[in-house]
Amino acid sequence: MAGLELLSDQGYRVDGRRAGELRKIQARMGVFAQADGSAYIEQGNTKALAVVYGPHEIRGSRARALPDRALVNCQYSSATFSTGERKRRPHGDRKSFEMGLQLRQTFEAAILTQLHPRSQIDIYVQVLQADGGTYAACVNAAMLAVLDAGIPMQDFVCACSAGFVDGTALADLSHVEEAAGGPQLALALLPASGQIALLEMDARLHEDHLEQVLEAAARAARDVHTLLDRVVRQHVREASILLED
Amino acid sequence: MKETPLSNCERRFLLRAIEEKKRLDGRQTYDYRNIKISFGTDYGCCIVELGKTRVLGQVSCELVSPKLNRATEGILFFNLELSQMAAPAFEPGRQSDLLVKLNRLLERCLRNSKCIDTESLCVVAGEKVWQIRVDLHLLNHDGNIIDAASIAAIVALCHFRRPDVSVQGDEVTLYTPEERDAVPLSVHHMPICVSFAFFQQGTYLLVDPNEREERVMDGLLVIAMNKHREICTIQSSGGIMLLKDQVLRCSKIAGVKVAEITELIQKALENDQKVRKEGGKFGFAESIANQRITAFKMEKAPVDTSDVEEKVEEIIAEAEPPSEVVSQPVLWTPGTAQIGQGVENSWGDLEDSEKEDEDEGGSDEAVILDSIKMDTGVEGSNVGSQDAPIILSDSEEEEMIILEPDKNPKKIRTQTISAKQETAPSKKPVKKRRKKRAAN
Repeated sequence: MAGLELLSDQGYRVDGRRAGELRKIQARMGVFAQADGSAYIEQGNTKALAVVYGPHEIRGSRARALPDRALVNCQYSSATFSTGERKRRPHGDRKSFEMGLQLRQTFEAAILTQLHPRSQIDIYVQVLQADGGTYAACVNAAMLAVLDAGIPMQDFVCACSAGFVDGTALADLSHVEEAAGGPQLALALLPASGQIALLEMDARLHEDHLEQVLEAAARAARDVHTLLDRVVRQHVREASILLED
Repeated sequence: MKETPLSNCERRFLLRAIEEKKRLDGRQTYDYRNIKISFGTDYGCCIVELGKTRVLGQVSCELVSPKLNRATEGILFFNLELSQMAAPAFEPGRQSDLLVKLNRLLERCLRNSKCIDTESLCVVAGEKVWQIRVDLHLLNHDGNIIDAASIAAIVALCHFRRPDVSVQGDEVTLYTPEERDAVPLSVHHMPICVSFAFFQQGTYLLVDPNEREERVMDGLLVIAMNKHREICTIQSSGGIMLLKDQVLRCSKIAGVKVAEITELIQKALENDQKVRKEGGKFGFAESIANQRITAFKMEKAPVDTSDVEEKVEEIIAEAEPPSEVVSQPVLWTPGTAQIGQGVENSWGDLEDSEKEDEDEGGSDEAVILDSIKMDTGVEGSNVGSQDAPIILSDSEEEEMIILEPDKNPKKIRTQTISAKQETAPSKKPVKKRRKKRAAN
């Protein structure tokens, strides 16, 4: 972490935020007419697009059908222009595969899959610009898209990343803060019950600080929930106005 | 081949046992299985046995040119392979989900936590660095692959010695082990993964699940820590919903466990070092030799039988008395008899050529057995059932010995062997054919 001061003495981060502040979030639902559900989210400079198809009949092998639940299929792809250096493989590498698995795990827990047995729900997420917190942006976008598709969920799923610098927990890390090599935590939360759908942490963090970082991430996820709730209500209001006409 | 599904009985049994805080092998909820570490003859080769789960780790090194954006750092490469001998379900094409998950977790645990000093692997900045490659092979799968693999990886890395290199101006000299002793890698700390399995939506948790427990678990939480109580990685998987205090509790338990395991690893490394210095024999052959005949013998697990007698008496007292003995068998023809009345065949219309399973029940719970009462028993091949005659052709199946007809009225599979018959002085084997109905 030489050279770049991630947290100044006055408590300001590199981009001028305070330790617990989130980046500006802007989201839109229903961006594609073709898909059952779609959403676009911008968290600071991180831009993610999510598209949901489903529930529909299982494609491919019938043998994969689950008799009592729907199958959730997630694919993650990050555009070649999304990072500072051009990426050669947008998908198919291990990291994208792992991200897809994690998204699947998150949504299998949140979507009420028992209502659609023997069917399949596809969630495709595309990252257009990665500036830190990509997992969180993907989960938030996918969640809005699932809501847009009308698939019943247990609760909102809100995700946020958190880090730890100089004894303070930072919420919503940007790329610069992630690349500095400090500990990073990604958390997906169901706000109403406080249950954690997915928890992932990298790099060394002392056990004593774990609670602080978890708390910061949970609080940030709840803030995200407030914002996204507003977005969803706005969208529903617009849609109902159009229908009334 | 596809994994054998777990039967509902077994699943229920395991879950009930876990609710009562009992595990199949007698461990407590927070106990690890026996960890055994053995080293090979070369440096950097080790086998870690966690109970019956076995992982082989091998470290090798090579001089390569560094990555462009990290010109002064060496390269660490991890690879875990699930060998086909580890479990029948592992096949070359089939394992991708699990494999990717395990590999990524290992990579994050060992690489992102910077346990190896990569700067010390640099030989000539921008031109030549050491590439350290850790290959892990799962040899036997009995649950909790990730823990065993992480232990194997870190032990192999601590055990490994790379060739010594010296740089003089533009000249780089690589010394063979004969010229100069090999140099160990500089390991900052030892991250060890600890797995927690959750059951019944997070109500119960177990440390170090074995294979059966893994099949019935809801989800897994893996926490990698080192002995300085720094958390290197946390990963929750499997779709369980966790609460914050559960995570914190698990991290405390992990701290304790990691301290114990690190001590064990240090001891094993020291032992091996001592043996090599004293010129004793070392290597895998040595570590297995004294278990030649009983190589995979299970250790005795202590079972508490102090109050068995009371329990047994309770069970007997509460048990229902056995049902009445069934009436005398009805003899149809010489060589065939019938016990009990069958019910109406509820399988629908059957063609004549179709054979049935003759064991499908009567309401009396009596299986129709062949019993031969007379000496002149013809090779009885017909079992009389009023509704559906079962035609037996000459089957090539092994000869079956019949049970005594009025001895045991309970439902008995016809394959059971008998002792002698009280009523019939002679005992005649009967060829019986059990053929399953064609799959509908």
